[in-house]
Amino acid sequence: MTAKLLEVRGLKTYFFTRAGVVKAVDGVDFALARGKVLGLVGESGSGKTVTGFSILGLIDPPGRIVEGSIKLNGQELVNLAPAALRALRGRKIAMVFQDPAMTLNPVLSIGTQMAMAVRAHAGLSKRAALARARDALGRVGIPSPEERLAAFPHQFSGGMRQRVAIAIALLHDPELIVADEPTTALDVSIQGQILFEMRRLTRELGLSLIWITHDLAVVSGLADDMCVMYAGRIVERGPASRVLAQPLHPYTRGLLQSVPGMVAPGGELAQIPGSTPSLLRLPPGCAFRARCDRASAACAAMPDLSPRTTEHDVRCHHPVGLDERTEALA
Amino acid sequence: MSSGLLEIDGVSKRFARALTLGERIAGRLGADVETREVRAVERVTLDVAPGETLGLVGESGCGKTTLGRIAAGILPPTSGVIRLAGRPVMSDGSHPRKLTTKVQTVFQDPFASLNPRMRVGEIIAEGPLVHGLVTPAETDRYVAEWLSRVGLDREYARRYPHQFSGGQRQRIAIARALAMQPDLLICDEPVASLDVSIQAQILNLFLRLRRELGLTCLFISHDLGVVRHVSDRVAIMYLGRIVELGPTADIYRDPRHPYTRALLDSVPVLARDGGKRDFKPIEGELPSPLSPPAGCHFHPRCPHAFERCRREAPMLASVAPGRVAACHLNDATASSAA
Amino acid sequence: MSAIGRDALAVPTRERRPLAAFWIEFAENKVALAALAVVVVFVLAALFAPLIAPQDPYDLGKLSLLDARRTPGAVASGGYVHILGTDAAGRDLFSAILYGLRISIQIGLLAGACALALGATFGIVAAYRGGRLEAFIMRLVDLQLSFPPILLALVLVALLGQGRGQLVAALTAAQYAYFARTAHGAASAERRKDYIEAALATPLPGWRIVFKHLLPNCLPPLIVVATVQVAYSIALEATLSFLGLGLPITEPSLGMLIANGFQYMMSGRYWISLYPGVALMVLIVAINLVGDQVRDQLNPRLKR
Repeated sequence: MTAKLLEVRGLKTYFFTRAGVVKAVDGVDFALARGKVLGLVGESGSGKTVTGFSILGLIDPPGRIVEGSIKLNGQELVNLAPAALRALRGRKIAMVFQDPAMTLNPVLSIGTQMAMAVRAHAGLSKRAALARARDALGRVGIPSPEERLAAFPHQFSGGMRQRVAIAIALLHDPELIVADEPTTALDVSIQGQILFEMRRLTRELGLSLIWITHDLAVVSGLADDMCVMYAGRIVERGPASRVLAQPLHPYTRGLLQSVPGMVAPGGELAQIPGSTPSLLRLPPGCAFRARCDRASAACAAMPDLSPRTTEHDVRCHHPVGLDERTEALA
Repeated sequence: MSSGLLEIDGVSKRFARALTLGERIAGRLGADVETREVRAVERVTLDVAPGETLGLVGESGCGKTTLGRIAAGILPPTSGVIRLAGRPVMSDGSHPRKLTTKVQTVFQDPFASLNPRMRVGEIIAEGPLVHGLVTPAETDRYVAEWLSRVGLDREYARRYPHQFSGGQRQRIAIARALAMQPDLLICDEPVASLDVSIQAQILNLFLRLRRELGLTCLFISHDLGVVRHVSDRVAIMYLGRIVELGPTADIYRDPRHPYTRALLDSVPVLARDGGKRDFKPIEGELPSPLSPPAGCHFHPRCPHAFERCRREAPMLASVAPGRVAACHLNDATASSAA
Repeated sequence: MSAIGRDALAVPTRERRPLAAFWIEFAENKVALAALAVVVVFVLAALFAPLIAPQDPYDLGKLSLLDARRTPGAVASGGYVHILGTDAAGRDLFSAILYGLRISIQIGLLAGACALALGATFGIVAAYRGGRLEAFIMRLVDLQLSFPPILLALVLVALLGQGRGQLVAALTAAQYAYFARTAHGAASAERRKDYIEAALATPLPGWRIVFKHLLPNCLPPLIVVATVQVAYSIALEATLSFLGLGLPITEPSLGMLIANGFQYMMSGRYWISLYPGVALMVLIVAINLVGDQVRDQLNPRLKR
């Protein structure tokens, strides 16, 4: 049993707001092996972004990690001293945000920013730092990187900016990159390019990646394993190919059936009724109960995340059966 | 001779930044000053037949949103005209106004398209009241009817938009548009901001209402899967021009323009069989609309580009009955097939 | 219920009415709460001045020069205690201050309201129409903003003469530009939003879009400016009165009371200027503190 790069156990991140306690992440467990890609899938309010932020220690008040452990190479990240966390961030773990504007300072040139990022963790000279920046830009497929160093963020297109953000994340050869919906705001063709680059990079560099998204097709192409989140908990977990081919949880199945393309054009899409419950007022028991056509009295108790087959876990009292699955998805 | 319900006739839209005083003086003094202009839409001619849904697909900068706004009567075209049932949608002159209420729009952002200070019932009733579609006495009943038609409780009329979720707000937006009893509904990325599961609900609602009311629609989206699901015909746009137009199923099965093909290939595919598909991206960046490539706009990124593509912009030509595409490659095959 | 009916399962949030929520948050800041209490006391005192004041300072017949410059606490010919003393004309200072507050608050509120109405209309219409009209209006506003308001008010009062109406007109003209600029900024931002595009797409008439759609959504920053400007109007009116350019002598406002007592400041009869000055200052500070809290509360909402 090889040691995992990242182990998250019982993570709970709550936000203590004026209106009440928002249990954004309420007990999340997963592990990521070295060199693998994990897809963290969910819709808005599922807690996937907060999970990503928690791993990087970017949760600000009124939010707080109340419980749980996040271990990177055996080192505990929760409650780590800020200075130690800063030393890790950017060097061992890096983040790519949905909006590259969160990473890029509009008044500094790309070269300046990247050199600053390099020298924050490595005591290199300015020239050496710029050289490393140039290499990083080349690695993410930016043409003529030497000239691009002098440019400012607004001179780049959205796709280019996101590539620069990825390049910055790669500057110190981190072991893990957490990417929070980095392609959601980009055009389809640009998204394709970025996904292509990420796949290449994970293969070439042995990079471990957590890719947070709501897009199942992206997960299908990019991720080795996936976790489906709903209302702050993981409801299904396993190898991506298996989960997508044979979903066990009614929510996962519902998501897959909602995607246009699964049904003949013009036909009625199988829809999940209702909407995500407010995280302020979660009903007791299974959070998906109100929208599930398989719910029963047993669902008043929260099901555990338990394995159904090897490596495929589901949190459900009535997971989709084998025969139903093949029928429904035919 | 077109018999479409909506006729988009040779419409172009240019956004030009007027020269500042300094630049004008410099120009007089002989400096080479050019007006920077963006050709958001270039000579687009399209018809939407009664009862059909025409999908308008493209990426950012392609002009689909601008074209949608022009068709909606919000933005006047620089040249060309939009006609609904033969009559112009906007008036001429220096301050063009929208002349008809028979075209209505559902906007993309459900959080921004509803006035946060008005109650839902007022939002839906405002247009019909102003235009005499309903008397003040009938308003409550009218609003209640539309709310239940879009799947919302009639009690919600008294609430404010911020109390609703994104999907519910989009339903309210649809009710607002349809309460005006339009003949043509323009949907500008109506599900782009919604979660996948909510998206399915709204698309189903849209399809049902379209059937019940016999609506004609212009459906603008960047999502190829969604467009395929709802459109009878589809037009693909790139940098202000239409590059391909025809029945949806045919185009998705057998695209006749390299951009269409590349776009369809670059969309990540959800593999249900446990396999992994490779990503096949389109090369190159989207050119800036301020300086589009000469000749065919797509030639720098096209794997099949040749000399003519750099010089000459291809015109939309028929490649099959009811299908047109703007690509020089089709000329060759057309003539060889003839 | 049909399948479509089940879609709307999530009931919209039932939250506290916005006014109640606003008040609860406001009440958490003790300083602002105290300031609001002060303002309320002053307003009530001013409102009920005829009932509270022991003496009517406008009734020249009641005044007696023998009472002039009495110290605070002295009993005078009227038979009652002059809590704050009397001024040079024999007016009971307490009564005079109450009536003076009345004038200050009246004129301050009226001028503030008029400036708000005028400025907001200019600013919003300019943002909505755009083009030459917008440029013209905003240049006018910019021009006016470059003048010190006191200067403008002085010139206008000199032109229009003395009197309440004239004073309000002068103060309005001196201050509408602040409202116009704020309204223009807010309206320009709102103008781009989809709900305005939707209104244009219906189509709805222009005036309706301006007053029913743009104006209500531009109110928060305007309210903040309004609280500040009311305080400023009061200060401006007091300044004008101090200079002798406000209301006539027979209707002494706080500024004039201060002016009258100025000559006695060094000779030990400080109360004639001091108490009206303190009253004025407390009122203005209290209004500003309330305004600060209102601004802080409205601001994060704007970002939402």
